[in-house]
Amino acid sequence: MITLTHYLIVSAALFSIGLYVILSKPNAIQILIGIELMLNAAILNLVAFGKFDKIKNGGQSFALFAIVLAAASTAVALAIVLNVYRRYKTIDPGKINQLKD
Amino acid sequence: MSLTTMMFYLMALIAIGSALYVAASKNLVRSVFMFFATLFAIAGLYVLSLADFVAVTQVVVYVGGILVLILFAFMLSGRESLAVLAQQTNRLIAVNKLPAMLVALAFFCLLAYVFLHARIDDAPWLQEAAINQNIITPQDVTINHLGVNLMTTYLLPFEVISILLLMALVGAAHLSRKEAEA
Repeated sequence: MITLTHYLIVSAALFSIGLYVILSKPNAIQILIGIELMLNAAILNLVAFGKFDKIKNGGQSFALFAIVLAAASTAVALAIVLNVYRRYKTIDPGKINQLKD
Repeated sequence: MSLTTMMFYLMALIAIGSALYVAASKNLVRSVFMFFATLFAIAGLYVLSLADFVAVTQVVVYVGGILVLILFAFMLSGRESLAVLAQQTNRLIAVNKLPAMLVALAFFCLLAYVFLHARIDDAPWLQEAAINQNIITPQDVTINHLGVNLMTTYLLPFEVISILLLMALVGAAHLSRKEAEA
């Protein structure tokens, strides 16, 4: 029998790996992948708890909302990354130090 | 050990292993493609916790949409993103990665400690759900419930998120258009 704790541990591991990716990578796209990993860990928790909610489906509904939010944020973030690359010729967040022209 | 348990451990192993590969790989394209494996394994975990529709949405939106977007952005941003990676030393644990690794490990230890001591499996509302037979069983068809709930209980978040998605897509198109001569 798989208990909730199993799901929580798996999602904690995924979350920590995402945290490591965000903190250590010199590339905006890899940082975006790390954010996606962390979001997936959170969605996994929502879905795992949603199993105990057959009538209202709170967990699964908000997992769907979170997936759509992730899609929207990724589209905007990638547009920003492309703009930053066009302007600075680099996507290393450590080298970009101003917002205006 | 039943088949379900074995599938769970297999999926969890694939998800965490490929996520570790994503974190460790020097080759950016390879790590993006390993992220596919992570997302598919997480979709498998959704299926195992009886959320079929969320799993299908995960495959459609993440694998079909987000990863293709990431690949596009990566291909469009040129050689520079690979040039940074080429200068790195080839040691397993680079010294400049050590603080990030420490923070991530400490955070994982904290989370695991909390989860192992919280006794979530006998939380009051879970037992209440078990008494009221509010638990999804493998025989149930959840999609009907989900659709009805999306159109009644969660109608406001549904509409709000549709407007947000429209705004985000228009904004992304506006941001990534070709600059006029300025």
